[in-house]
Amino acid sequence: MVTFLLKRLGLMILTLWILSVIVFLAGQVLPGDPGRAILGPFAAQNAVHALDDQLGVNRPLLTRYLSWVGGVVHGNLGISYTFRSPVEPFVRAALINSLKLAVLAFVIVVPLGIIGGVVAALYTGRWVDRVISVTGLSLSTVPEFVSGIVLIVVFGVALKLLPVTASAGAGASDLSQFRHLLLPAIPLVFVLFGYIARMARAGTIEALNSDYTRTAILKGLPRATVIRRHVLRNSLLPTITVIATQTGYLIGGLVVVEDLFNYQGIGSLIYKAAQDKDFPMLEAGILVIGVVYVLATLVADLLLIALNPRLRAGSASD
Amino acid sequence: MSSLTSADASSPPSPPSELALSVSHMDVTYRVRGQDRLALRDVSFDIGRGESYGLVGESGSGKSTAALALVRYLPRNGRVSAGSVSINGLDPLSMGPAALRDLRARTVSMVYQEPGRALNPSLRVGRQIAEVFEIGGQSSGDAMASAEDMLRKVQISDPGRVMRRYPHELSGGMAQRALIAMALAVSPSLLILDEPTTALDATVEAEVLDLVAALRLEFQTSVLFISHNLAVIAKMCDRVGVLYAGELVEEGPAWEVFGQPRHPYTVGLLRCIPRRGQRKDSDRLDTIPGFLPSPGHAITGCVFAPRCALAADRCRASAPPFFAVSDVRTSRCYFHEKAPDLPRATPASIPSSGADGADGAGGANGAGGALVKVEELSKTFSGGVRALADVDLSIRRGETLGLVGESGSGKTTLARVLLGLTAPDHGSVVTLHGTPLSPDARRRPRSVLRALQIVFQNPDSALNRRHSVRALISRPLSRLAGLSGQALRDRLAELISSVRLEDRHLPLRPSQLSGGLKQRVAIARAFAGGPEVVVCDEPTSALDVSVQAAILNLLADLQIREQATYLFISHDLGLVRYLSDRIVVLYLGRVMEVGPSETVFAGPHHPYTEALFSAVPSLDGQRPSRIRLTGEIPSAANPPSGCVFHTRCPRRLPTGVCESTEPPLLEDEPGHLIRCHIPLSELRTIQRTESAPPAQEGYSAGG
Amino acid sequence: MTDIAADPLEPSGTTLGPGSAEAVAAAARATPAQWRLLLRKPTFGVGAAIILFWVVCAIFGHQIAPYNPLAQQLLSANVGPSGAHWFGTDPLGRDVLSRVIVGARDILIITPLATILGTVLGTALGLAMGYVGGAFDLVAGRIVEAVLALPSFIIAFLFLVAVGPSTGSLIVVIGFVFTPLIARTVRAAVLTERHLDYLSAARLLGESPARVMFREILPNVLPAILVEFTVRLGYAVFTVATLSFLGFGVQPPTPDWGADIAADYIGLVSGYWWQTLFPALAIASLVIAVNLITDSIEQVLAA
Repeated sequence: MVTFLLKRLGLMILTLWILSVIVFLAGQVLPGDPGRAILGPFAAQNAVHALDDQLGVNRPLLTRYLSWVGGVVHGNLGISYTFRSPVEPFVRAALINSLKLAVLAFVIVVPLGIIGGVVAALYTGRWVDRVISVTGLSLSTVPEFVSGIVLIVVFGVALKLLPVTASAGAGASDLSQFRHLLLPAIPLVFVLFGYIARMARAGTIEALNSDYTRTAILKGLPRATVIRRHVLRNSLLPTITVIATQTGYLIGGLVVVEDLFNYQGIGSLIYKAAQDKDFPMLEAGILVIGVVYVLATLVADLLLIALNPRLRAGSASD
Repeated sequence: MSSLTSADASSPPSPPSELALSVSHMDVTYRVRGQDRLALRDVSFDIGRGESYGLVGESGSGKSTAALALVRYLPRNGRVSAGSVSINGLDPLSMGPAALRDLRARTVSMVYQEPGRALNPSLRVGRQIAEVFEIGGQSSGDAMASAEDMLRKVQISDPGRVMRRYPHELSGGMAQRALIAMALAVSPSLLILDEPTTALDATVEAEVLDLVAALRLEFQTSVLFISHNLAVIAKMCDRVGVLYAGELVEEGPAWEVFGQPRHPYTVGLLRCIPRRGQRKDSDRLDTIPGFLPSPGHAITGCVFAPRCALAADRCRASAPPFFAVSDVRTSRCYFHEKAPDLPRATPASIPSSGADGADGAGGANGAGGALVKVEELSKTFSGGVRALADVDLSIRRGETLGLVGESGSGKTTLARVLLGLTAPDHGSVVTLHGTPLSPDARRRPRSVLRALQIVFQNPDSALNRRHSVRALISRPLSRLAGLSGQALRDRLAELISSVRLEDRHLPLRPSQLSGGLKQRVAIARAFAGGPEVVVCDEPTSALDVSVQAAILNLLADLQIREQATYLFISHDLGLVRYLSDRIVVLYLGRVMEVGPSETVFAGPHHPYTEALFSAVPSLDGQRPSRIRLTGEIPSAANPPSGCVFHTRCPRRLPTGVCESTEPPLLEDEPGHLIRCHIPLSELRTIQRTESAPPAQEGYSAGG
Repeated sequence: MTDIAADPLEPSGTTLGPGSAEAVAAAARATPAQWRLLLRKPTFGVGAAIILFWVVCAIFGHQIAPYNPLAQQLLSANVGPSGAHWFGTDPLGRDVLSRVIVGARDILIITPLATILGTVLGTALGLAMGYVGGAFDLVAGRIVEAVLALPSFIIAFLFLVAVGPSTGSLIVVIGFVFTPLIARTVRAAVLTERHLDYLSAARLLGESPARVMFREILPNVLPAILVEFTVRLGYAVFTVATLSFLGFGVQPPTPDWGADIAADYIGLVSGYWWQTLFPALAIASLVIAVNLITDSIEQVLAA
């Protein structure tokens, strides 16, 4: 098991390194002169040159990469072209906001998806299964911006049930924040529900058809016990790994949802930076997202080890 | 037992309270693609209290379906469409869910084929066994204690440790024991065993079977034993029913049915199994012509008639009823009296092979010199698993060398090294005609690739399912034999007919062929290049008994015709004995014994060989000596010191030499070597005196 | 006789009977029969019909569309669905129906091409990794796993911002982002084939690695590749629509469903629902259609 963990950590470090290379290279592809971008189109040429030198723009590629990485590791994420000030505090605040939204979406969709999938599996082929599967399928095919718009119109404008902006304002109460975050969370829930339910359903069906479930039934165990102790325990394992990888979709969805609902999260940060061509901000945002995602998959792997006896104990025969 | 009139067996059954199980005229139907198909037809049998009943049949016979129907665990598209079942006087087919649960919990238990998969991988073993006691009303603490007790009863030493283990940490034999413990925990009236030992090694199987026999007596449980292995059924069961294509064709006391079969199918089946003293040169196995009927087709007349040499119009017109052969035996055949004289489908003696008969097969099968040699062959896999250790072997021209071993013996690794599919450790030498071979098949010249070929165990894995039969056989013809155009087509036609396939099979894909046909394609492919040595790696273990005989005969024929040499790997001693000229016994990667076939069988033997022979059930009667090995086969990653067999050897010397030193290879007769510290003369004496005088001589086929 | 079949704990499946040779043979039908099964499935039929409809729109859009999708008629701006304009008009007076019809074009060019690119590259990579194995698989595998650990949408977004969105860049970026994912699936499929004996048999014939990969292994992993292709296709539609919405996909004034929604959804406040609804339905129908096809293929292969 220790070797497994070490391998995972090694992989994580490799991933982060590749992420940094990708982000850095993307930045290098971008046309334009950082000095000029910061000082604006009217600044004097030699001032631009001076700033460029200061920023180290003309050094060789590798040197620039290393110093950038060095900076990142120390928390220096660069200077925003738009705001002419360090990127770091913007990113930090945005990240926290996005985490709130993401966690809310997760807390709603994971139990819903699992229950939906399990129920669909227990009643395979019958109308409950069809309804859940088709609903999940349909919802997950609707892009977040479409469902988001529909929700805004229906609940926000027409029925006026929920606020259409996601931020409750500074110092708002938790309940108020929750109300504000609910609507934006729903498009994310829609997209993820189908996928999670489908995985849970597949895992449960496989467990139901397995030899060990047969043993449990033929032992004469009550149905609820068989499902709880034998089926679910094994069917949810693969579902957990899948949930972790779903954070990827979640993150993609954040960009759209935060824009629609006017929420200062990392998604809208990236979006705005992209529109403004504020590359340091864009790179920093993406880097941070990547790190969070990698950490999430690591957590999922740890969970998997904790829950799967085959990965934990040895396998010596007697 | 009910007494039977001579023509009709629908007399009333015994009062239910006497019977653990009573099945009466049961039909089981599956609904496939909108159509009903009968899987079992008019099946009736009874099992008395404490009795052991065997249900024997090949694949497609419906034997597993019968077991599932009894506990009402048929798949969703299956149902019992006629007849009745009574277990302990209760009717499982009309029970409500609660009663059914109760029946399954208290009255009937089942044990299945693959023990590893039958246990929940996420729960500890002890917990799963304790569950059974909890259903019975015990508290969880008491249940765990009872579970540990049961584990002790199934002869698991250190049950406490096993309780805390997870299923994947148990070996096959251990897991099956745990499942038996679980099954017997509530002292059920009926224990159903469906191929419980098929997936286990011979020595482990022997122990498990002994255990079942002992526990059956202790718990006074009736047993329904389902298997395709007639010898196991003969050993374990009082009575037996023979199933063919969903119908019971013969029934009676096991030894009688197998000794004096009275149905053409039973007769044919028994003739497919090699018996002691039967050799491929002198006494070929018989086969059953034709194929199993496809399920669900309406059958008029006797279900076996299309394949029966005794069939007459009467048989095809109306299905025969049960005839009483004796007070306790029935047979569903109009000609049951003539059954033992069933004409053979395959002649017993081989025709003289013509001009090359004399020196083609190396004369006396192996008098030729060494064709292939391995010297100091070792193979250690990453992780320290020592699959082979210093193996020295030679395969002589024209012979069939039988390679025997259980799991972990290294027999498959040996084959793979020979062929160049796995590279051995440095210092190992493999030679062909005296020339060393490259350890990697990719670097061997075409002439070597032509010379060494293999027939794999599982034809589903060995044939590319996307290629047609024609493509599968033509490819080696062009790659190895260098043929093309008309020459290739001619040779293809020749090969096809030599393995008894037909032109119409050529465009088919493997998935459209039965197991036997697929294996013929694999054999044709192996012989396409005109090989000198063909490795046969368990070529028939995935096949039914009747199909197996045909394939073995084919291999024997081809050997003569193509003058091939075989390395025949098998765990089935009966087959090895029938087919092989010499035998090598491997244990944990080391050669334990090697010698001419009959000498090895006659003795003296290495203690492991002795145990192996003693373990395998045989239709030829009880073995003289009865050696049981304790414990499990040690892991190849951590082999025991000294003689690797010492941990299980019943003849281990008290001096400690067995634990400390690797034994030498002692020569008993020229060519017969035994790796043991015990002096051979002593071994011979011990083994001879310990064997009881030959008990029942067994039953000759068709006797 | 029994009705416990209603209990989900009773064994499901439609086997002919455990262990019967017939069941095994039935499970592995030859491919031609599978195609027939596929065509008979209603899910496949519906999905294919919808896609066919949009393909026709994409190819013949300009001929079919009642108006020029680019023609602005400010006097008829924001008109609701009516006889003259079945889907109404947008804020610039352009006919929504025409824009929806012609809007199919770019998305139906970009998504299949991107998916094909990703599939071809991914298959080649996956085959090589799975078959060649060894150091190559180790290194390439680690890189693939590492890249896959990044959220693909974000990476695509990053590069599109950097390079600038255009039809070509969309195809290339999305195709490349799909490659590791498809490579991983293909590699897994190859690995399940790897331990099968027919590959050993091929080695014993002295077959070259290329032949083994393409003539022996590839035919067997094609079903998996096919499923993966259709899954990715659905995701590609989703992604392109989202990118267009964000302004980094298809660029205006080219009609595009996502871009049009982005431009017009403000109108919802004033009650101009048709400008958003119809493009949204178009997107949803296309994605659903692709998913239906994926499902039907999976069902046929699993049977």
